[in-house]
Amino acid sequence: MAKVRGAVEIDIEKCKGCEICINVCPTKTLKMSEAVNSKGYSFAEMINDNCTGCTNCALVCPETIITVYRKKF
Amino acid sequence: MLMEALEDLNLGDETIGVAPVGCSVFAYHYMDIDMQQAAHGRAPAVATGIKRVMPDKTVFTYQGDGDLAAIGTAETIHACNRGENITFIFINNGIYGMTGGQMAPTTLENMKSSTSPYGRDLKSMGHPLKMTELVANLNGVAYATRQAVHTPALVRKCKKAIVKAFKLQKENKGTTFVEIVTNCNSGWKMRPVQANEWLQKNMIPYYPLGDIKK
Repeated sequence: MAKVRGAVEIDIEKCKGCEICINVCPTKTLKMSEAVNSKGYSFAEMINDNCTGCTNCALVCPETIITVYRKKF
Repeated sequence: MLMEALEDLNLGDETIGVAPVGCSVFAYHYMDIDMQQAAHGRAPAVATGIKRVMPDKTVFTYQGDGDLAAIGTAETIHACNRGENITFIFINNGIYGMTGGQMAPTTLENMKSSTSPYGRDLKSMGHPLKMTELVANLNGVAYATRQAVHTPALVRKCKKAIVKAFKLQKENKGTTFVEIVTNCNSGWKMRPVQANEWLQKNMIPYYPLGDIKK
């Protein structure tokens, strides 16, 4: 079976740091950043490369700023 | 999600949304389609007019609970009873969000809001209004459903329900009514994740999810 690896792209300027995406991520790929965006919110970022591309984070994001890419190996 | 549903049905260019007063006025910023503002609670009346003048357009209203269930109850019930071919998107978060978290008809028992600081007392303040069950009894309503969007699986289900509602509207079946139980973390004074947990624990038992009329 082909392995699928995902990658998450987050528009950090629009992120308000609600943490809902982190809560629904099954692989603990996302975490809140220590840096802040220009509005002063800390934002979600990828910390591991074990993303499966399940799109859970993109579905629940209230700002719809998460884009998930999938790549087959 | 609403926009995804419209895009899937290829209805983006021929849809008109009606957003009345409340947090729903922000809809203009999020949705790149034709929108019309209505007076508080009067979105069903405006949508009725739009639909009757332009019957080939898809018309929906995007209303909160303070708007649809309190100020616009009469308009809502009569539009549903007439069986107008419009879709209601009813966002139920249990309070008046924009004005500062006041109690709405949908506020749960013992739920605190800025105008019920000791919790809602059923004897003096009445019972939480189940709007979807109420309109499901009306003959003009073709489809009444209650959905939520706090987990990914529910988001997918909700999108399917919205697609179904728009399809029924296209087939001129009658009014379609989609209630979405959601949170208002700033109004509830909770963090977003905590608000979702509270929603699952308290709102969902009183407002059970699923199709009420199909």
